[in-house]
Amino acid sequence: MSGIFQSSIGRKLVMSITGLFLVLFLLFHMSMNLVAAFSGPAYNAVCEFLGTNWYALAATAVLALGFVFHIIYAFILTIRNRKARGNNSYAVTAKPKNVEWASQNMLVLGIIVVVGIGLHLAHFWYKMMFAELAGMENQFGATDGAAWITYWFGQPAVAAVYVVWLVALWFHLTHGFWSAIQTLGWNNNIWIERWECISKIFATVVCAGFIIVVLGFALGIFPMFNSPVCGA
Amino acid sequence: MSIIDSKIPEGPVAEKWTNYKAHQKLVNPANKRKLDIIVVGTGLAGASAASTLAEMGFNVLNFCIQDSPRRAHSIAAQGGINAAKNYQNDGDSVYRLFYDTVKGGDYRAREANVYRLAEVSNNIIDQCVAQGVPFAREYGGLLANRSFGGAQVSRTFYAKGQTGQQLLLGAYSSLNRQIQAGKVKSYNRYEMHDVVMIDGRARGIIAKNLVTGKFERFAAHAVVIATGGYGNTYFLSTNAMACNCSAAIAAYRKGAYFANPSYVQIHPTCIPVHGDKQSKLTLMSESLRNDGRIWVPKNIEDAKALQAGTKKGSDIPEEDRDYYLERRYPAFGNLVPRDVASRAAKERCDKGYGVNNTGLAVFLDFSEAINRLGIDVVRQRYGNLFDMYEEITDVNPGELAKEINGVKYYNPMMIFPAIHYTMGGIWVDYELQTSVKGLFAIGECNFSDHGANRLGASALMQGLADGYFVLPYTIQNYLSDQITVPRFSTDAPEFIETEKACIEAQKALLKNPKGKDGKSVDSIHKELGHIMWEYVGMGRNKAGLEKALVELKRVRKEFEEELFVPGVEEGMNNELDKAFRLKDFILMGELIANDALHREESCGGHFREEHQTEEGEAKRNDENFFYVGCWNYQGDDDKAPELIKEPLVYEAIKVQTRNYKN
Amino acid sequence: MAEKNITVTLRVWRQANAKAKGEFKDYKVTSTTDTSFLETLDILNEDLVSKGEEPITFDHDCREGICGMCSLYINGHPHGPATLATTCQLYMRRFKDGEVITVEPWRSAAFPVIKDLMVDRNAFDKIQQAGGYVSFNCGGAQDANAIPIPKEKADLAMDAATCVGCGACVAACKNGSAMLFVSAKVSQFALLPQGKAEAARRAKAMVAKMDELGFGNCTNTRACEAECPKGISISNIARLNREFLVAKLKD
Repeated sequence: MSGIFQSSIGRKLVMSITGLFLVLFLLFHMSMNLVAAFSGPAYNAVCEFLGTNWYALAATAVLALGFVFHIIYAFILTIRNRKARGNNSYAVTAKPKNVEWASQNMLVLGIIVVVGIGLHLAHFWYKMMFAELAGMENQFGATDGAAWITYWFGQPAVAAVYVVWLVALWFHLTHGFWSAIQTLGWNNNIWIERWECISKIFATVVCAGFIIVVLGFALGIFPMFNSPVCGA
Repeated sequence: MSIIDSKIPEGPVAEKWTNYKAHQKLVNPANKRKLDIIVVGTGLAGASAASTLAEMGFNVLNFCIQDSPRRAHSIAAQGGINAAKNYQNDGDSVYRLFYDTVKGGDYRAREANVYRLAEVSNNIIDQCVAQGVPFAREYGGLLANRSFGGAQVSRTFYAKGQTGQQLLLGAYSSLNRQIQAGKVKSYNRYEMHDVVMIDGRARGIIAKNLVTGKFERFAAHAVVIATGGYGNTYFLSTNAMACNCSAAIAAYRKGAYFANPSYVQIHPTCIPVHGDKQSKLTLMSESLRNDGRIWVPKNIEDAKALQAGTKKGSDIPEEDRDYYLERRYPAFGNLVPRDVASRAAKERCDKGYGVNNTGLAVFLDFSEAINRLGIDVVRQRYGNLFDMYEEITDVNPGELAKEINGVKYYNPMMIFPAIHYTMGGIWVDYELQTSVKGLFAIGECNFSDHGANRLGASALMQGLADGYFVLPYTIQNYLSDQITVPRFSTDAPEFIETEKACIEAQKALLKNPKGKDGKSVDSIHKELGHIMWEYVGMGRNKAGLEKALVELKRVRKEFEEELFVPGVEEGMNNELDKAFRLKDFILMGELIANDALHREESCGGHFREEHQTEEGEAKRNDENFFYVGCWNYQGDDDKAPELIKEPLVYEAIKVQTRNYKN
Repeated sequence: MAEKNITVTLRVWRQANAKAKGEFKDYKVTSTTDTSFLETLDILNEDLVSKGEEPITFDHDCREGICGMCSLYINGHPHGPATLATTCQLYMRRFKDGEVITVEPWRSAAFPVIKDLMVDRNAFDKIQQAGGYVSFNCGGAQDANAIPIPKEKADLAMDAATCVGCGACVAACKNGSAMLFVSAKVSQFALLPQGKAEAARRAKAMVAKMDELGFGNCTNTRACEAECPKGISISNIARLNREFLVAKLKD
């Protein structure tokens, strides 16, 4: 293991593993949001379950750490890459065919995603988990996630910002997902195209899941049922 | 007249090399560390010699003109490398490879050297596979072979159409290992300018750092030159742009004999010249002749229509095509040796049957192969060559062009012979030592193994044989009594003087007597090339050669009085470096013409129109010319060199007329 | 297609030496559609010499796409607009009459400019020296057919070994990464039984040298693969990652 993280591939490994971890989180988060589309109380039940118990807190801390590493390494890598490129840039550049736009703009996309996350944390996490931990009080209370969703996404400007954010996330994921696999070395001539395809499908499913919820609430379609589905 | 000792060991030809190795003197490991060897060149011969000598424990200084050892022009060899492995069970043997090579060389090679070459050919394949060279393989996992011109067995090992590249990268990898180990010091973008002689022995070189423009001195116990051939004397050739004969000419000026310079190989399958702006000719691999059929129209009217551009090759039906190689040489057909195929193309074009606008091209056609095997199989074999041809000419040889009477005709390629390889070179004895003590020459740079014509896939074999398996042994026989000789200081007067001469030569080139109204290096080089191709090319005669010698004198004068070189001495100056090389090319041209004029016979790559049979085949004169013609420099470029003869002695092979007809 | 005359403006990077400040200069040159791009530069250089000016310095040698010496970043592409071809295999029929063609050197911190369009690619040699070989002395080889190698593996190794070391991958990469180059060599040997014995050592040594020389990190943009004149696949990079990570984890 000696010095693995000082090597270029080692640094990419950090990006890869933290990235895949965040991808898993997104999948989970998206599934959870879909619950809100059906029923507010059901969603709140999930929120409550994930409230302030220690497992959830520990998971949140790990998640935050993953984010932090992913972001820090993104900057480290970018600085190194800029340096490797040299001081003189090309007068004329052309994007070759088969090169995805996203792949060459991961940092910019990443920054948009991070800004979005900041906004999102302020909108929800600060009002819910943080409020609960800090014992703060606010208009809907820390566990009524459904109310917060309805409140925020009901504002067209907020919903629009969320959609932009999620589109950036889509681009980031289409490249990030297969790139993470490639960095781990799980790739070959046949699987390259497959992973790229899977990557696009996955990004589309995740981002579509998020966007449906945002738009559904913005347009007043969601939640589809106002009482818990199971009648609990 | 000087006497020549080729140091051929005693005994029957099959035992000479074994006997030599058993009795030669060796250098013990502790002493190897004290000895330095300069190797100039990093092609197959240079890189393999440098790495092997370093593996043995010698200290090696290795020079290359390009930015990396990996760029040497061996890399461009396409077809393959011969070895007598007999993996195909088609009756191959060391003797047969030896025999084919001697016969292919029109009985002008040194028998003992060729036998040794055939003997070590098998070791080369073993060595390369162990290095990780990815040769083509069969589905069973064993090595694949293909056939090549001048042989009736399949003995050619290959790696797609890039065999030279893979073999060179193999040698380069071994070289890298030794550079890493500190046993080889690698000097890139350096060009050798002169040999430094101390007490009659080669003790170092003066090389120019092409980036700084400075001359530098390097000392060693022995100097090996592996700087390739002199094909670029003709300006247009398949050689790389940087290929030059200056190191060989420097050796020649220091007393190394130049042997058989008139043996120049003209490769039959090159893309024809298209205009006067061209700087380089592109070779299409000889392997294409395995499935491609060479033809011109039977009727002169068709040829005229092709020349006028009113007809295309595919417009001419089967019955009107003259597959002249198959007609003239039924036994070998399209796979006759290169010299034979080239001359046959020239004969047809001279008669007016050429197929492009200049009348200097013949067709190479894959219709029959595509109809027999299908386009997929043909593309699998030659796809990259088809693509390369299309990129250059805008014609796709795999494209269906026409169907006449149910027969499918595909676009044929157009090809024409071009200068490709030089069999002649610095004379060396059996130990690969030149007539200058301590100076060795290996690979294409020497003359030894191919006689008057080289067979396909034999250049790679010879380069690697010399570098891996011959020189590392034989050089020890010379070095064994050098172990007490201390390292030379590069401040010795001989070094300083030689360097001074180089600096003065450089100053002379920058004199620019006519200023910028003078002629550029390339324009004079083109003139040289025209003279060489016209009078010292595929067909030579007395009057033409005499004219060439007069013209070459004129070119030399022009070079001295009208050359314009822009820029200064300091720093990188490509034009200046090219001017240095051109000066030597002119001398080389004179050497080729002189040798061609004196050799009153036709053999291999040297065809004298006065000496041919009624059918137009080469007619040798074994009675008077059964020798190696060695030229000895007389101290001045203007003085005619002295001819020294090394008689050829054939013990194992009966000298016959070369026959590829039946 | 018939040969036609073509006049273009070459916007060429001129730089007197490594330390000098460079700039673009425009040159008009007339060539023909069947003439290669480098021959067109030759024509221009002859013209410059006849005017008493210094010709443009650029690397080139074999002119048949195999030595890897030629470079040039032409109109935003390493080796110009043709795919699977080096600059020396580029013909003027690819361009339009009257076109302005911008010609730049490779730009990468690890490839400093020597003069005009010529760069120093010695870093590639250094990476190879770090481990791009099978440690084996001449003379000790067993019979070449002693170890059968499946054709598929041999072909994959050959595909990787096709790399000409021109540096287009580094030039094309926005990160100046040499991963395609390094992975091609590591892959060739990792795929063959001859190279297996020291595969781990090789991967570590070559990557370490690559990092030391200041090449960037691969972010899988695939630009290298798209611009590689020999079509080397980035699946080689995956193999290098695998070889390297496994080797490091074992340490």
